[in-house]
Amino acid sequence: MLYTLLCYNSEDMVFSWSQEEDDAVMERLHQVHGKLHSQGKLGPSLRLMATTTAATLRKSDPPVVVDGPFAETKEQLLGFYVVDVENLDEALAIAKDLGQANPGGSYEIRPVRLFLPGSLPQSAQESAAEAATEDA
Amino acid sequence: MSADLAWMDAALTSARPQAIGALLRYFRDLETAEEAYQDACLRALRAWPQNGPPRDPAAWLIMVGRNAALDAKRKTARLDELPPEEALSDLDDVETPLAERLDSANYRDDILRLLFICCHPQLPPTQQIALALRVVSGLSVKQIARAFLVSEAAMEQRITRAKRQVGRADIPFETPSDEERDARLFAVMAMIYLVFNEGYSTAAKDAAARIPLCDEAIRLARLLQRLFPSEPEVMGLTALLVLQHSRAAARFDAEGNVILLDDQDRSRWNRQLIGEGLALMDKALRHNSPGPYQIQGAIAALHARAAKPAETDWAQIERLYVALERLTPSPVIRLNRAVAVSKVAGPAAALAMIEPLEPALEGYFHFHGLKGALLKELGRSREARVAFNRAIALANTAAEAAHIRLHLDRLENDTTAA
Repeated sequence: MLYTLLCYNSEDMVFSWSQEEDDAVMERLHQVHGKLHSQGKLGPSLRLMATTTAATLRKSDPPVVVDGPFAETKEQLLGFYVVDVENLDEALAIAKDLGQANPGGSYEIRPVRLFLPGSLPQSAQESAAEAATEDA
Repeated sequence: MSADLAWMDAALTSARPQAIGALLRYFRDLETAEEAYQDACLRALRAWPQNGPPRDPAAWLIMVGRNAALDAKRKTARLDELPPEEALSDLDDVETPLAERLDSANYRDDILRLLFICCHPQLPPTQQIALALRVVSGLSVKQIARAFLVSEAAMEQRITRAKRQVGRADIPFETPSDEERDARLFAVMAMIYLVFNEGYSTAAKDAAARIPLCDEAIRLARLLQRLFPSEPEVMGLTALLVLQHSRAAARFDAEGNVILLDDQDRSRWNRQLIGEGLALMDKALRHNSPGPYQIQGAIAALHARAAKPAETDWAQIERLYVALERLTPSPVIRLNRAVAVSKVAGPAAALAMIEPLEPALEGYFHFHGLKGALLKELGRSREARVAFNRAIALANTAAEAAHIRLHLDRLENDTTAA
């Protein structure tokens, strides 16, 4: 069954990490990613840029564009994983592993209702600022 | 365990501007506010590992810092006992809602005030920067001294003097009017840009020490943007800083010589920062309300979009400089525009444009550097040599001088070959 892990954390805090701290967290996370990847359990997963880069379109008539993220919250949506697991327990176990690699914040774990794999060409996938590492 | 410590460190750092800003409002005194915050941090280091992190670190620090400072006052007055530590560490669940009610309404003005008092007009720019780095960013005096390439004692003195000056000034505590808030915002943006430039305009050998200034400036700009999410000039400022900083790894060669934009290895530009800068510029432009930071951000974005120097849209850059000149006329902007003109219309047109600037920019390194380069392109070697020599005499850093000397050497070689 497909689940998503929605990653919430205080953006203030994540963005006050030094480059070294950020690299260290990513390095630890990539070890977990690598394990999931080799087990065939890791689906499309992304890390988002800062909410300061976000714009929100409210579907009013006519639609209104607002600067910033949809909701002002203490913790912000900073990324998500899609994982293929047997059940909630397994999804929780993965979240715990990821949480040990990257403490602070929360993962919201939610089953996927519809999954569109998309058709992005390789070049588009590589155009994200941080290219995926070879093991993940 | 070390991950926990790193987490606490990040939590304390990111909560700092809000916490000190709120404590400054309570105590109306910068020194008391800083001490109260320090006190709260010490208590956090003891309480958080035991009780787990609070949901809202800033609110926790404000509440504990305020109580600690009030207790300290009481203690000096009547030698009352401090409340037991456990009581304080438990306040998270009970008092956070209260602290939130007290503070979230003032969040924006608290931080803006804290930034604004660092921009005191009587403080010279370097002191404004040092004060902001110490008070708002929480860098240690040692770190700041390293970045400014001065001794720790000298920096300590500089910051103490700056604090005294700010302390004597009337800190504006009432909620600002819209016009006042705008004025503060623009003063703060200028100060953040100064912090960035202090780190950016540096020689290679000092880059490692000074790049933290660029990082701090970007952090402050992002903070400001979260406070003013719909202000296009703040988007422009953040975009400008991240786009310029994206080139940091490509700006110097192994010997520490400056590498000009055209000669930089663009694969070493930081794609993540470029992505952020372009996204911010897209957002800013939707507001149709151009300002100097947005225009400079747009110019930086055009450079960032060019995969090769030849793909740079110089015609558009020239138009942007025209717009920038209209908003903030200055000989330096005209000089920058002339660079774009030389690419679009050739060196003769650019030279004609900068010659009238000579009286204003007589003592400016870049003026003579550009003049020499244009004269060289026009084959006027003798005059070019005079301009290059003048530039070397005015160079601010050894790297600048070395760069012009390179031009001069090439000129000599060309002349000998001809």
